[in-house]
Amino acid sequence: MSSGELEIGVEPTESFLLTTHYSLLTTSLIDLEEENPMHQTTYHRASSVSEAVKLLNDADDGKYVAGGQTLIPTMKQRLAAPSDLVDLRHIADLKGIEVSGDKVKIGAAATHAEVAENAALAKACPAFCHLAAHIGDPHVRHMGTVGGSIANNDPAADYPAALLALAATVHTNKREISADDFFVDLFETALEDDEIITAVSLTVPEKAGYGKFPNPASRYALTGVFVARRADGVRAAVTGAGENGVFRAEAIEKALSSSFDASALDGVTIPADGLMTDIHASAEYRANLIAVMAKRAVQAANG
Amino acid sequence: MGIEGIGARVARKEDKRFLTGLGRYVDDMVVPGMKHAIFVRSPHAHAAIRSVDTKAAKAMPGVIGVLTGAELKNDGIGNLICGWMIHSKDGTPMKMGAYSALATDRVRYVGEAVAVVVAETRGQARDAAEAVEIDYEEMPAVTDAVEALEKGAPQLHPEAENNLIYDWEIGDASAVDQALDGAAHVTRMKLVNNRLVPNAMEPRAALGHYDMAEDHFTLWTTSQNPHVARLVMSAFYNVAPENKLRVIAPDVGGGFGSKIYVYPEEIVCLWASKKTGVPVKWVADRTESFLTDAHGRDHHTEVSLGFDADNRMVALKVDTIANFGGYMSLFSSCVPTYLYATLLSGQYAIPAIHCNVRAVYTNTAPVDAYRGAGRPEATYLLERTVETAARELGVSPAELRRKNFIREFPYQTPVIMNYDAGDYEASLDAAMREADYAGFPARRDEAKKRGKLRGIGMSCYIEACGIAPSQAVGSLGAGVGLWESAEVRVNAAGTIEVLTGSHSHGQGHETTFAQVVASRFGVPLEQVSIVHGDTDKVQMGMGTYGSRSGAVGASAIVKALDKVEAKAKKIAAHLLEADESDIVIENGEAKVAGTDRTLPWFQVALAAYTAHNLPEGMEPGLKEGAFYDPTNFTFPAGCYIAEVEVDPETGHTDVVQFVASDDFGNIINPLIVEGQVHGGLAQGIGQALLEGCHYDPASGQLVTASYMDYTMPRAGDLPSFQVSTTNTPCPGNPLGVKGCGEAGAIGSPPAIINAITDAIGNNDLSMPATPQKVWAAMRRNQ
Repeated sequence: MSSGELEIGVEPTESFLLTTHYSLLTTSLIDLEEENPMHQTTYHRASSVSEAVKLLNDADDGKYVAGGQTLIPTMKQRLAAPSDLVDLRHIADLKGIEVSGDKVKIGAAATHAEVAENAALAKACPAFCHLAAHIGDPHVRHMGTVGGSIANNDPAADYPAALLALAATVHTNKREISADDFFVDLFETALEDDEIITAVSLTVPEKAGYGKFPNPASRYALTGVFVARRADGVRAAVTGAGENGVFRAEAIEKALSSSFDASALDGVTIPADGLMTDIHASAEYRANLIAVMAKRAVQAANG
Repeated sequence: MGIEGIGARVARKEDKRFLTGLGRYVDDMVVPGMKHAIFVRSPHAHAAIRSVDTKAAKAMPGVIGVLTGAELKNDGIGNLICGWMIHSKDGTPMKMGAYSALATDRVRYVGEAVAVVVAETRGQARDAAEAVEIDYEEMPAVTDAVEALEKGAPQLHPEAENNLIYDWEIGDASAVDQALDGAAHVTRMKLVNNRLVPNAMEPRAALGHYDMAEDHFTLWTTSQNPHVARLVMSAFYNVAPENKLRVIAPDVGGGFGSKIYVYPEEIVCLWASKKTGVPVKWVADRTESFLTDAHGRDHHTEVSLGFDADNRMVALKVDTIANFGGYMSLFSSCVPTYLYATLLSGQYAIPAIHCNVRAVYTNTAPVDAYRGAGRPEATYLLERTVETAARELGVSPAELRRKNFIREFPYQTPVIMNYDAGDYEASLDAAMREADYAGFPARRDEAKKRGKLRGIGMSCYIEACGIAPSQAVGSLGAGVGLWESAEVRVNAAGTIEVLTGSHSHGQGHETTFAQVVASRFGVPLEQVSIVHGDTDKVQMGMGTYGSRSGAVGASAIVKALDKVEAKAKKIAAHLLEADESDIVIENGEAKVAGTDRTLPWFQVALAAYTAHNLPEGMEPGLKEGAFYDPTNFTFPAGCYIAEVEVDPETGHTDVVQFVASDDFGNIINPLIVEGQVHGGLAQGIGQALLEGCHYDPASGQLVTASYMDYTMPRAGDLPSFQVSTTNTPCPGNPLGVKGCGEAGAIGSPPAIINAITDAIGNNDLSMPATPQKVWAAMRRNQ
């Protein structure tokens, strides 16, 4: 099926794809049809970017889906009820990972598992593969995509830290956006409503590392720090901790600029201002974790 | 006995169907014409219900019926009960607020059922549930039990002034005060036992079917005790008389206590089936499980433990506030009283003990028994206090315990329990050996070189299983007897069916019970089948909880086997022309002792059913039943030693070694016992490190309502356990067994916390000891 319409729960194959989160092993497809935990929605599988845009614009209250690892659970909880879902995950132009010289381009529909397992990328920027390999669980990594994750901009997601620290570029069907401009606020990006991420690109850093302290329950980053040394300097980006989402940690960048060694971070303290407090971690604890995870990221980078 | 008899490591018979997806659970049951129920639940922790308007919902596609609490009341369905009467120390009975299966005028916790929608599909029922219009008037909520007792706190039930359900005590207060006054040292602590969400793998489910032709109800339900469910639903809820109600608990995917109780949904599915004329199925989703399964623990306690100048314990004083949630669940009242305070002597000779317990309503899910039920709470406070005392007194925690162990049995504690047998020193020694206790300092120093803080902690637990002597619990307020029943049916060709009142929901009864039977006659295991979980098949029984199936359920089987064997011997003696007292039945045959005259087992059975040649006056058949009422509780005990390594930078704890030495008495199947211990340890370590149920104090919303925020233990969180057993057989039952299902969850939490506090040098740490809390405790050191 290239772009046909179907209602969720009516066609077994698509139900299967959309409900991998939902105990497939014990629930037959027939049951899923009756289960229908979400509001009724119409699923479209786009075969091209232009078709996807058209499908969305034609929809009443449509939404792109690119893995659905946040959107589908949210719909099942009935906290979101788009009239139409336009799946970007099978658009050929959005697939693939290219490494050529010091340039890396990752298609937006690449799954976390594809990123984690890509041999060329592992050679160019192993920290990026390491990060992808520790997202969620195997289920999530085989469904979730780079584009889907950064478009959602969950404040505890991993990729935003990597993209910001690597000064990556987000390519869309309309323009190129620097990572600095892309991540705006919690669950908010520079994307327009019908804009589609096609790829992210980056220049291979001299060294890079990711230190992540996972939330013990969800395995999202309770705090994650991605550090990268590039020709134009050191960048360190923090996810999971900021009240406004991913951000660059200047104190860490400054210390590492003089010496890209974990010992350069001895005595560096991070203020708790602007950091999140929730049941899992106080702002003070997150401030501590930023310093600790930055050290571990540098150790990994120098590994 | 042979390789499949008592004591053999037999792989579980039932695992074949479980591991290949062939188990049949309530949600697998399909009845012709069956429809689906979705409950409309309160989004508020505390609110008055002004009105419930079902008109729009009823007009939705596929909707068959939308039913409310008012209709339930009109039909005479009774309020939910609490089956154990507790009297406060002033003599007044516990103050129980009305608990309707569907709320009518007020909701008292988030997730409380208010109405039910029955529709052609679950999806249609969900859609219509959103269209039920309920006008709520929000009220202030209180989720913390200590705050609920304070002046000015929101009041939940008019029956319970200041939210106080009972103010109960046990033991001699003045003797304790006097002993503490004269003590050379008193260790005092304030401890919280964290609230837990049970999280059985299979969510609760119910399928109610009213058969109009027979005027008969059938309920398939996720129950640990289908007969008790039937009894309660007929005697108290007026759903149907017992002879018109069949309750079936098929394969059940874990219970841990949370499936003992009769919940509103089961009652409503039965009632709604009659009301709507269709069979009604409801299956909880995971969020509903978090919101509405009875939670566990949630105690706030102050404890004082006094020692004389020779470091012998002189008195223990305990003051506990127990959170009961918005309503009293079926057995909630006995958990923080007779399942808790009666175990406060632990393994120690403490001459004077007093415990006061206040049970309190709050705007949270009801709290009831959860794996261990009262005993983990008792063990946690006692074992943390003893460990703390050792540190304060500057003595070895192991030696302080050893010095105070009870050594003579039977031992009468000051808090009801009479310990029948035990050897606590044997468990302690075995655990210390296995843990290489003496080698710990070297391991600590080595860890330090790696930048890790290594700590060691122990816990010597006792628990009471085999609940319980019926007369004794009756005198303490129990509404039911706690015996068990069995029927052994030898078929004409010699195969055997055992109908047991116990219920297996993960315990492996189909294997262990069969081993008991196979042992008796020496027949192959596959010729023995265990039947349970259906009130139409099995005689009245009390079900499975409190690690009672071996000690009570298997004892009933043994009693029935005694009767079968006696009759079989009479038949064999008659056929072999020998004296009955010379007949031995073993290895699948009856033989005349000291001769080569034998009769295969199947021929004995066949003779019983052909009845061509039976002793004069004997009835045909070979089928006997028995009811077994225990004479005492059983007292499993053991010693657990944990070693942890804490990351000083993040506060993350790794459990690097865990040794469990348990005394379960005789063991029927060591493989299953080890599995039970492993599971219990995982839950106990989960409580200690990971699991913390959290309600937002202002709104009363359950914040940890999914696995995004509630941390279940994963394999990677646990070490490879080193488990072993010692054995002092239980003198009170024919098999000498004690029970093993809860020990791991009871004994492990204090061992873990004692190890962490040892590692970080700060004793001010509560469960779950999350990285953040451990880090904060380390910071307080500085």
